[in-house]
Amino acid sequence: MTTASEQFLRDAATKTADLRHRGVIQKNIASYDAAVTRGKARYADWQNARSQAAAIKWETVNHLDRYLEQFEQNVLENGGHVFWAETAADAREHVLQLARRHGVQKVVKSKSMTTEEIHLNEALEMAGIHAVETDLGEYICQIRGEPPYHIVTPVMHLTKADIAQTFQEKLGTPPTDSAEELAMIARAKLRREFMTADMGITGANFAVADTGMIAITENEGNARLSFSLPRVHIAIVGIEKLVPHFEDLALFWPLLSTSGTGQAITAYSSLISGPRQAREIDGPQEFHVILLDNGRTRLLADAEQRDALHCIRCGACLNVCPIYKNIGGHAYGTTYQGPIGSVITPHLRDEREWSHLPYASSLCGACTDVCPVRIDLHHHLLHNRRNAIQHKFDNPIQRLLFATWLWTMQSSLRYTIVAKLGNLTLRLGFAQSLLKPWIAKRDFPTPPKESFGKWWKKVERASRPFTPSKQTVETPVLHDL
Amino acid sequence: MRVALFIPCFIDQLFPNVGIAMVTVLRRLNVEVYYPPEQTCCGQPAFNTGYWDEARVLAQRYCEIFDDADAIICPSGSCTAMVRNFYPELLGNATRTTARTYEFAEFLVKHLGVTDVGAKFPARVTYHDACHALRELRLKDEPRQLLREVQGLELLEMDQAETCCGFGGTFSVKFPMISYAMDEVKVTSIQKTGAQYVVSGDSSCLMQIDGYLRRQNLPIKTISLAEVLAST
Repeated sequence: MTTASEQFLRDAATKTADLRHRGVIQKNIASYDAAVTRGKARYADWQNARSQAAAIKWETVNHLDRYLEQFEQNVLENGGHVFWAETAADAREHVLQLARRHGVQKVVKSKSMTTEEIHLNEALEMAGIHAVETDLGEYICQIRGEPPYHIVTPVMHLTKADIAQTFQEKLGTPPTDSAEELAMIARAKLRREFMTADMGITGANFAVADTGMIAITENEGNARLSFSLPRVHIAIVGIEKLVPHFEDLALFWPLLSTSGTGQAITAYSSLISGPRQAREIDGPQEFHVILLDNGRTRLLADAEQRDALHCIRCGACLNVCPIYKNIGGHAYGTTYQGPIGSVITPHLRDEREWSHLPYASSLCGACTDVCPVRIDLHHHLLHNRRNAIQHKFDNPIQRLLFATWLWTMQSSLRYTIVAKLGNLTLRLGFAQSLLKPWIAKRDFPTPPKESFGKWWKKVERASRPFTPSKQTVETPVLHDL
Repeated sequence: MRVALFIPCFIDQLFPNVGIAMVTVLRRLNVEVYYPPEQTCCGQPAFNTGYWDEARVLAQRYCEIFDDADAIICPSGSCTAMVRNFYPELLGNATRTTARTYEFAEFLVKHLGVTDVGAKFPARVTYHDACHALRELRLKDEPRQLLREVQGLELLEMDQAETCCGFGGTFSVKFPMISYAMDEVKVTSIQKTGAQYVVSGDSSCLMQIDGYLRRQNLPIKTISLAEVLAST
């Protein structure tokens, strides 16, 4: 077992046993569900919107080289800069270089999972640069010293009371049970940070190839302040964030907000096309885009799972996942949690180390049904499992078990004998060790004396002529056969 | 018209009554069936664990055994999905055999065009959607159509009907704590309906739910759709 999988098992055990924790996320997800149901009802044809989005993303991802170069060209023409970061370290180093060049002491950040992925805050702090998260949820995470719990809703696991307590402990503010007061506390703190920051770092929800713009979706206005007030703006963008055309946003912006929060459109939708122009009164002096690979091209090279790069990070697959709903976001130990995280993490990071995640699923397929860009999520979990076995990440005992099982199942005689033995062992109360994890908290059915196969043989031997029951009058017609 | 019975290994061994009930209903509808005795397992445990080479051997074996059937009927959405949806991926193409494998309720409603099978089951029941039947085979209404025609049966929908029970084969043994929490969510939802029985097309889900119900001494019973339809 890998370190990550041992940690996962420990955390999953703690979290599933914590009924308060499960209650909080289930309540928060229930209100999300209600909002999303209303949101989807606004669409004339939600399924068609998904198909359109999937088709556009398919085109983009399958010609990513072309769209990335077009995007770069347009950013340069708009007066911005583009840096291609192959690894997380490359991206961090480039940010630090720019910070040093501009004498940056304070950075304000808007919500960005790519910066979480490359552990940017730690790198900035190490370099003596103060980084402040300005999204309310991320800000709460930062002062609690926790990673985001959810890719869209960073503090989904907290109640208003938890947040009030955090503020009281970390910021020394008076106790309150008013959400408005809590927001005002954060706002007062953050406004000062915006005014004094030298650099703003954001992610991007979309990068538009034909205009060289980045699109940012938010509800608090903090992203707007982050990229418009400081002297330098850096956007760290995963290479999969591309959409070909400006017009595509008409589909993707509402699609993301509907799936993410149930909103028709978020409170603020911004498009950034470069640094401040001569005729403009605000905006940064410099605009930098860091295009981040960090393992994404490995996923791109995998034709079978390439559609995982369609992801627009809406979080819908997390919210519908019965695993996520019971263990929560932190137990995954990854930047991207839930089904999408279990699909991409083995590709983006060490495949062996994270090979347990694709197995931590009952393969129910609820994720695939809600994905707005039609990623074949639960089937990719199966593909990752197959890859893990092909790469021999399994343990020899399991391998031997399946070899024996196959040998048994290839002959009905061997199957019958082994099943009979199994039946006896079960009835005598042995074989419990194999089923131990399951029967620890459940009653296993008592195996019957006679299998179906045996029953059938008996019935056939009796070979009484088949007499149809009186209850049906006519033989039904077979359709479609 | 040769209609073959595909009785998944765990139904053969643990829940033979489900198979027997299916035969009873099919015979009541004048569908003559046969049972190829060479059948064992469809290979799903290996496939879901990632042992595709091993699963492929059993997929080929299945196709040979059921080659001359015009229809193959199975009392499990999960094993039907394995054959119809995943064999093509495993074998490289769909075959005559994979395409002609049907889940029991699906066969009755979509292919025989029957919803009233002459059953009587006077009880309050709630239906659990097994994930593979629901999302791989897209069977949502078919089992309910059958239940609505059962005499004396009152169908009560639970709020979490489509939520996974947490079985997931080896998942329930590899991650027992998550599987148990999911079981708990499911049972809580079942309890809220006031139903006396939980019905499902998949016996593995019912085993998972029943294991919990019995350990907790809860008065709700589990029963397969086939057994409900066989009751008179």
